[in-house]
Amino acid sequence: MALRLRSSLSKSNFFNILRYNNLGFGTASQTTRHLRTHDPTTLLRVSQNPITRFCNTMAEKLSSVGEHEDANAQVMDFPGGKVAFTPEIKFISESSKERVPCYRVLDDNGQLITNSHFVQVSEEVAVKMYSDMVTLQIMDNIFYEAQRQGRLSFYATTIGEEAINIASAAALSPQDVIFPQYREPGVLLWRGFTLQEFANQCFGNKSDNGKGRQMPVHYGSNKLNYFTVSATIATQLPNAVGAAYSLKMDKKDACAVTYFGDGGSSEGDFHAALNFAAVMEAPVLFICRNNGWAISTPTSDQFRSDGLVVKGRAYGIRSIRVDGNDALAMYSAVHTAREMAITEERPILIEALTYRVGHHSTSDDSTRYRSADEIEWWNKARNPLSRLRTWIESNGWWSDEEESDLRSRIKKEMLEALRVAEKTEKPNLENMFSDVYDVPPLNLREQERQVRQTIKSYPQDYPSDVPL
Amino acid sequence: MAALLGRSCRKLGFLSSGHGARRSVSTETGKSLNLYSAINQALHIALDSDPRSFVFGEDVGFGGVFRCTTGLAERFGKNRVFNTPLCEQGIVGFGIGLAAMGNRAIVEIQFADYIYPAFDQIVNEAAKFRYRSGNQFNCGGLTIRAPYGAVGHGGHYHSQSPEAFFCHVPGIKVVIPRSPREAKGLLLSCIRDPNPVVFFEPKWLYRQAVEEVPEHDYMIPLSEAEVIREGNDITLVGWGAQLTIMEQACLEAEKEGISCELIDLKTLLPWDKETVEASVKKTGRLLISHEAPITGGFGAEISATILERCFLKLEAPVSRICGLDTPFPLVFEPFYMPTKNKILDAIKTTVNY
Repeated sequence: MALRLRSSLSKSNFFNILRYNNLGFGTASQTTRHLRTHDPTTLLRVSQNPITRFCNTMAEKLSSVGEHEDANAQVMDFPGGKVAFTPEIKFISESSKERVPCYRVLDDNGQLITNSHFVQVSEEVAVKMYSDMVTLQIMDNIFYEAQRQGRLSFYATTIGEEAINIASAAALSPQDVIFPQYREPGVLLWRGFTLQEFANQCFGNKSDNGKGRQMPVHYGSNKLNYFTVSATIATQLPNAVGAAYSLKMDKKDACAVTYFGDGGSSEGDFHAALNFAAVMEAPVLFICRNNGWAISTPTSDQFRSDGLVVKGRAYGIRSIRVDGNDALAMYSAVHTAREMAITEERPILIEALTYRVGHHSTSDDSTRYRSADEIEWWNKARNPLSRLRTWIESNGWWSDEEESDLRSRIKKEMLEALRVAEKTEKPNLENMFSDVYDVPPLNLREQERQVRQTIKSYPQDYPSDVPL
Repeated sequence: MAALLGRSCRKLGFLSSGHGARRSVSTETGKSLNLYSAINQALHIALDSDPRSFVFGEDVGFGGVFRCTTGLAERFGKNRVFNTPLCEQGIVGFGIGLAAMGNRAIVEIQFADYIYPAFDQIVNEAAKFRYRSGNQFNCGGLTIRAPYGAVGHGGHYHSQSPEAFFCHVPGIKVVIPRSPREAKGLLLSCIRDPNPVVFFEPKWLYRQAVEEVPEHDYMIPLSEAEVIREGNDITLVGWGAQLTIMEQACLEAEKEGISCELIDLKTLLPWDKETVEASVKKTGRLLISHEAPITGGFGAEISATILERCFLKLEAPVSRICGLDTPFPLVFEPFYMPTKNKILDAIKTTVNY
């Protein structure tokens, strides 16, 4: 009796109920068999109606459901599209069996790995890359010492990450806009920021284009398309996405590039930026310097994924893992990523594996949380400079003589730049009140007046090297 | 309930602008518009007048949950008017980047109650972008719009007035309009101002307030307060929707022979101290009223400044009639709110001090 009643309903409803209520009337294969007797064109019409995408629709057998060999695989419509379903409780594993492999071109000794794919670099570019890496290293050492001697208030080195800095910069065009974290001065150096300009910012003197407002290493240059560093972690990531969107709207042959560390990837702004970049289809490169440490926090305390590279897929972003201490691999990866980002209007995530050889900054002594041996090993065995040097020497593009010439020249220039920057006077007092807004409002003009009054009464309270 | 009746009075025409100050806009006629339509008009004009301007945020594509962005996507295209993922820090961060490249980024935060994830971007990035770069960069093209304030049934998370947090941040501007005509002119000024601005829109007035709004492109200057009602016995200062309540109190006080001067601050940061100072030097009394909780509210800043500048002219302590120090309650909203009668009592107490 009951069956007859049910059969008076349209057959499609009946099997709909079966499928969705899982009443167990036979296996999936039985229901499919019955469905096959329906007029396929009716079913197709219903499921292609865009309105019904948001309702329960009839299961439609699709032959093009991908890897499903099973002839009984069925498909459901939900907002977001069709998805095959499975009767098994199957969780996607929290990690792959194997870690994502790391792209490299030069081995630890600077020899080209056989069959490696890479973008060819000219002698000129290769030699400039190497020279700039040496320059960066020398600048870091001299500034670090200057801070230790009390001549500078603060410094943060880039030691160990020279290849990431220089090679990525070399693969970009000058119109690509940079949103740095704070360990990427090499990008500025590549583009032409002088040693004197670095020193001026560190001393906050009147030639600092930041006008003495921020701590050392907070560089910025609109001429070189390098947005000013802010110490807040990962805040630059969503900014870069907005800038990339602007470049896309203006149809420029350029992308936005933003750098951050393994620590920065834990910030909410990382998630916000990647998701926005994917949805807005923004031409932006996210370059993560995964150097193993966020001050004293190792990556095992930072995340539980296989590094950064696997996170891209979660947002629908194409990603690659690179040996960050291999200048040629960095160059090739960034060069390729940039092409994709601009021509395909999409973001790319690049995880550059490396090691932070230096301390976090001059306020840190990293031997308190890691062994000096470990640091030394990375400095010697996996040094980005020596690997590139071996390669350019093997091409006949470099020699010991050029090496010592370069080093002594840079050292001299650097010490001179330091000396000059130290002697140059600070920006004058009105620079404290300008640029808060485009024009100082009344309250700031009033405050400047008051401060100047106070200085007259108590000059001893104020530094003598800030001109009034 | 009294509060609801009081609110419904807003429907009856709008706050008259006082005579005396330069105010050509107030004498112009226009079309009768409510607040969301006036804002919508401003956005249409902004996008029309600058091809490098963009409007984005959650749900703005279909017109927005308050209809402020109606018609924009259809007219200017999805490249310029678009929905974003549900992420305020992303919305504002993206807007800063867009503005930093020389565009006008007009960002919508769906409710001011949800602006806090973007607070870091606003305070540490937007507000300092120009200063920290030595004026090499700026994000002046950024305007953040958010509906704020009591709505009768909004509870904790659809009623907040967070303006005080932002008034404490050098480098941004904070603007709050009181009516449709004001909103259109002020919003256009905010969008075109070369500094990042946070623009709080009194959501209660989106439909309730109706006013003649000139149809052309016009701007009302920032950091200029307006005396919207002249008087001699006491100065009242407020902004946004609260001014309607304050005006009702002024009308009733007048029946008892008290002449009230009412000032719309409009821009809270940087605020027009001179106009308020001049008024208090004339009246000798000050009352400030805002929906936000009294402790640490912006009324405290106004009070402290006026005390410094007008101490010898004051006949009575500065009075603040504000929201209470609780999260914004639902059932208890009428008790929480700074009502007309609370204000009226304070006017009388102050005048009779």
